[in-house]
Amino acid sequence: MEKKSLFWKEHFWRGLITCCGLFVIVLTLAIGAFLVYKGSGTFTKYGHSIFEFLFSSKWSPADNSTGGGSVGAAVYIVGSLSTCGLALLIATPFSLAAAIFMTEISPKLGNKFFRPAVELFVGIPSVIYGWVGLTTLVPAIKKVFHLNMGYSVLAAGIVLAVMIFPSITTVAADAIKSVPIDYRKAAYGLGATRWQVIYQIVLPAAKPGIFTGIIMGLARAFGEALAVAMVIGKMRSFPKSILSPTTNLTSAIASDMGGAMEGGEYNTALWTMALLLFLISLLFIFIIHRIVAQKGEEKDGNK
Amino acid sequence: MMKKAFALGLAAVMAVGMTGAVSAQELSGSITGSGSSALLPLAQDAADAFKELYPDVSITLNGGGSGTGLKQVSDGSVDIGNSDVAAETKLEADAAAELVDHKVCVVTMAPIVNKEVGESVTSLTKEQLIDIFTGEVTNWNEVGGPDEEIILITRPQTSGTRALFKEYALDGNEELSGGSLETDDSGTLLQSVADNEGAIGYIALPYLMNNDTVSVVAIDGVEPSLENTYNGTYPVWGYEHMYTKGEASEVVQAFIDFITGDEYGKRIEEQGYGVTAKMTVER
Repeated sequence: MEKKSLFWKEHFWRGLITCCGLFVIVLTLAIGAFLVYKGSGTFTKYGHSIFEFLFSSKWSPADNSTGGGSVGAAVYIVGSLSTCGLALLIATPFSLAAAIFMTEISPKLGNKFFRPAVELFVGIPSVIYGWVGLTTLVPAIKKVFHLNMGYSVLAAGIVLAVMIFPSITTVAADAIKSVPIDYRKAAYGLGATRWQVIYQIVLPAAKPGIFTGIIMGLARAFGEALAVAMVIGKMRSFPKSILSPTTNLTSAIASDMGGAMEGGEYNTALWTMALLLFLISLLFIFIIHRIVAQKGEEKDGNK
Repeated sequence: MMKKAFALGLAAVMAVGMTGAVSAQELSGSITGSGSSALLPLAQDAADAFKELYPDVSITLNGGGSGTGLKQVSDGSVDIGNSDVAAETKLEADAAAELVDHKVCVVTMAPIVNKEVGESVTSLTKEQLIDIFTGEVTNWNEVGGPDEEIILITRPQTSGTRALFKEYALDGNEELSGGSLETDDSGTLLQSVADNEGAIGYIALPYLMNNDTVSVVAIDGVEPSLENTYNGTYPVWGYEHMYTKGEASEVVQAFIDFITGDEYGKRIEEQGYGVTAKMTVER
């Protein structure tokens, strides 16, 4: 009896938790392997080059398994890059300002009101962002700039910016908060103003955390499909300006996956896009780890 | 509406009554289906009516697109694969050969334009349509409309609606690549055409049943309607297919017979689809 309860205490729960942990790892690896298996068909089965996929803008894969079309996804890739880049440009200043405000300038208001409000943002489903964007932003852009239609990189950029704003803000705020209070006290003791403390002491010390937040925001923007698809216009041509419509990787997959023949060239090319998205998010995570690792080294160095 | 429902119910009761002796062996079992989103609303409606007759039958239907439906019926994960297009276009030849085609109804595609354009443009010739969709003509004033830039609103390359429209309205000419807004589904397309001045798109008739947000355009003077589809004067139509792998099982066959039956035919037309049996031309 004694032995059994010891077994339960010691091994069962530990084993269960290890299994759960391993399961998540296996699942991630399995998804990666599956995407490689499905997505590599474009290059192996249908004989396209990686160069063509990444840099050609000629997209007309055949919707059958004999192939012979072309799979240049450059328009989609540029569409994804430009909308996410724009979103980052818009969201970063706001996020940083919000993070600084709620940690340094008015922590009381920040903790009680601002932070919950920002966190509420995260929980809003993306279809709502898309819908609101479609019904308010798209007509507004059309009106303000006197365009034929409001679907544009700008609309997608703004919708994405609103979506990634809370992710960047919360991570950046946590990073700023975790800067040791001693740093601030020391700086104040030397006669620095509040702005000098924020700008020259706190922000540099919190830099790795802030970058992590920005990259997490970027990763979310890259993977977002629904909201962007609703406002980007899905026109398969390079955007001439931020006011012209284009398309991106995620909306291409979402709109064509149901209709394309399973295993056909078109379907396989979509899987290759999915693989590309997977690799991009892996890259982002890799960068985050590098930043965090550097931060660790710096701290060790300071000791 | 109440009246209709009542009449339908009455008809159902009568149908059961008449075949009472036969259907003493009550049908039961389950039917699964997936595929074409254009056919889904009709299939769903038919399933509800069918279940009223045979409460022991359970029917589960999903969308996913024609490609998905064909793939899933072919590998046996569903009983019925709904498709806008013939199986041969989306499956390997040997896989397609195993499937049995049931042409459950006819769907007509109509070109639609924004209301503002629709005031002056009520009919286009096929040549004009081709010029517009291939990007040869970019302003409405070239085809007798207002001085307004043409905005093409189309469907993705893999869409069955697009394939039909390309084949029968554009005579096989490929739409302008990279010059149109591609919308995922017909509902969104309808909205986009309504919202953008100068917009033109195409859509299946059922979506236009209770619609006054866009204008329908005739092709060569022939109005897109069920009547004109039946008598063969309006060219842009296609069959909606329900595929089964091999011969259908008893319950699946009963369901398909129900949809293609005379009684349900009235409901088909009420929803804007065409009854296969009424076609005077064949494809």
